Amino acid sequence: MSKPRLGVFKFSSCDGCQLSILDAEEELLELLDRVELADFLEASSASVGSPYDIALVEGSVSTEEEVERIVRIRKESKMLVALGACATSGGLQALRNWSRLGLFESAVYPEQKVARALEKALPLSDFVAVDFELRGCPISKAQLLQFFAATLRGAKPRFSSSAVCFECKRAGNPCLVVAGGTPCLGPVTASGCGVLCPSRGRGCYGCFGPSDDANLDSYASWLSAHKVDRSTIGLLLKGANSQAPEFMRWIEKNG
Amino acid sequence: MARRVVVDTGPMARVEGEGSLSIVETDTGRPEVKLNIFEPPRFFEALLNGRRAEEVPDIVSRICGICPVAYQISSLNALEGLFGVEVDEQVRRLRRILYYGEWIESHALHIFMLAAPDFMRVPDAIAMAKRDPALVREALTLKRMGNRLMSVIGGREIHPVSLKIGGIYRAPSKETLASVLPELDRLRSSVQKMVAFVSSLEGPSLERDSTLVCLYDAAHYAIDRGEIVSNQGLRLPPHDFEENFEEYQVDYSNALHSRTKGGGSYMVGPLARFSLNYNQLNPAARALAKGVGLKPPLKDPFKSIVVRALEIVHALEETAREVKEYEKPVRPSAPYKARAGTCYGVSEAPRGILYHSYTINGRGHVERAKIVPPTAQNQARMEDDVRLLVPRIMSSEATEARRLSEMAIRNYDPCISCATHFLRLDLRKA
Repeated sequence: MSKPRLGVFKFSSCDGCQLSILDAEEELLELLDRVELADFLEASSASVGSPYDIALVEGSVSTEEEVERIVRIRKESKMLVALGACATSGGLQALRNWSRLGLFESAVYPEQKVARALEKALPLSDFVAVDFELRGCPISKAQLLQFFAATLRGAKPRFSSSAVCFECKRAGNPCLVVAGGTPCLGPVTASGCGVLCPSRGRGCYGCFGPSDDANLDSYASWLSAHKVDRSTIGLLLKGANSQAPEFMRWIEKNG
Repeated sequence: MARRVVVDTGPMARVEGEGSLSIVETDTGRPEVKLNIFEPPRFFEALLNGRRAEEVPDIVSRICGICPVAYQISSLNALEGLFGVEVDEQVRRLRRILYYGEWIESHALHIFMLAAPDFMRVPDAIAMAKRDPALVREALTLKRMGNRLMSVIGGREIHPVSLKIGGIYRAPSKETLASVLPELDRLRSSVQKMVAFVSSLEGPSLERDSTLVCLYDAAHYAIDRGEIVSNQGLRLPPHDFEENFEEYQVDYSNALHSRTKGGGSYMVGPLARFSLNYNQLNPAARALAKGVGLKPPLKDPFKSIVVRALEIVHALEETAREVKEYEKPVRPSAPYKARAGTCYGVSEAPRGILYHSYTINGRGHVERAKIVPPTAQNQARMEDDVRLLVPRIMSSEATEARRLSEMAIRNYDPCISCATHFLRLDLRKA
């Protein structure tokens, strides 16, 4: 059987999610032995090109060129995977979607001919069908490897998107909100990080986006009861996953 | 006008981010050299407007997945300076170890995965692994050590979560931190081989004079803070950075270029640090430098790869020492009160000086942010290096011309994701 052809692509992003692939130091050589690396610009100057069996795409779509490119990659790929918060829900740069940045772009770049920035920075799914999402800012290396382990043997990878709260309880952490009124997105954020922040006495800031069944209104009134004001909740949600529908709806309704 | 394209790399491989290089011969006799950066801008400086000071370190870390610690530390230096917070000495030690981890990871990535394939005339580290699997496995082990240091202190290697204004959310115990020592010691004893390998790589050379700029810290080979110094006798506190260096826009790049005021291009990064702070390098690194015949000042950018290897040795040695001297801080973070004002912070990212400045208002919110990353500062110098190589490039056949040009850029380990995200939003009234 021929090896599946892998493409790794970068859009508007920090590079961190594709770096996670290279950060899988112990597994990297074995992993790369099981695929044919068709395109991975950051790691190799050899380019085999399309078609791709698996395309991993990091970053949000924020220029006209990127729209053309994601449409092309979609056409050339069997399975398109959104890699990380920028690709799944806009990333931090999508915060400009609430400013009027797009409108004064020509004023910002009097002589720029290079960037044709779109009015908004958006997740891949606003432009093309996405077959699978790896969440997080950055993605979890463990989930990345589980994704490959499943996909390479023809299985469908599955991850829980239950709230960080559950895992946090299992870790035996005292609740930061209840104990000290510390703002925490744990009740509405998907797990995947390994409860990094609450285990350090720090409120969750939402790297993995909304959990299954996240109820933002109920969450916000519960936080308010613990003396966390609404502007703080708004700022927390205006992070790397602000374009995720559940978060976006609350932000747009509550300012 | 007659124009002949000598080199046009298209999207360049083995750099972080999206850019290309073009060299065009014109009948003016002066070839046009352009590093085109088409990575889309992400407007971070504008996005910071109105955010709370305490959010800044985590927001700016998202500018770069390769050097998030540098972003966190430069912003903390600025904000803690403004708020008058005294950070505990042991916490400062933890931050330095975290930063050494980032240097080790980033330098190992550059040396083995991005740069060495050029010298060995192969497309990537995978091809290198086929020739010499033991070498690549050891390189990955080294890279993993960098990541491990970041995870132990920061929770994860990319966008660590542990730092805050005033200190650290939770400090690891002495035993937890010491758990890195056995592997660290093994690497320290085998690192000689890595330096020997890197210095055995045969490549081009380019002896040229350049303005070199880095930080100087009386206590250490500068990494987490310092004054700005140059080989032209400059010595400045961080707040004078903008008085001495300026940014300008060119029409073919989404990143601003930098120059010294009234002067030309300059270089930041390993070559500058080695040349100016050599005496503070750990003795083990200096001994190895001597062994491979490197001494300051170093004028050849193609030797940057060797300096990065020596800086890995330095970082491993200093980490081992700092880990042994570590005691869990009694007060991991100091309380502070945000106050209004403008502040400045610098640190030595793996690629060179990372400058931040913020204006904070009376409510503790950001009103203005300015960030000058190392790759933006190096851009003009990269183009100057390529210009000096043009005669050699033009007399080479196409594949070799391209290899030579790309190497001249990769010498700087450009991080284009960093460089691009700073186009400022100067709202001009229409």
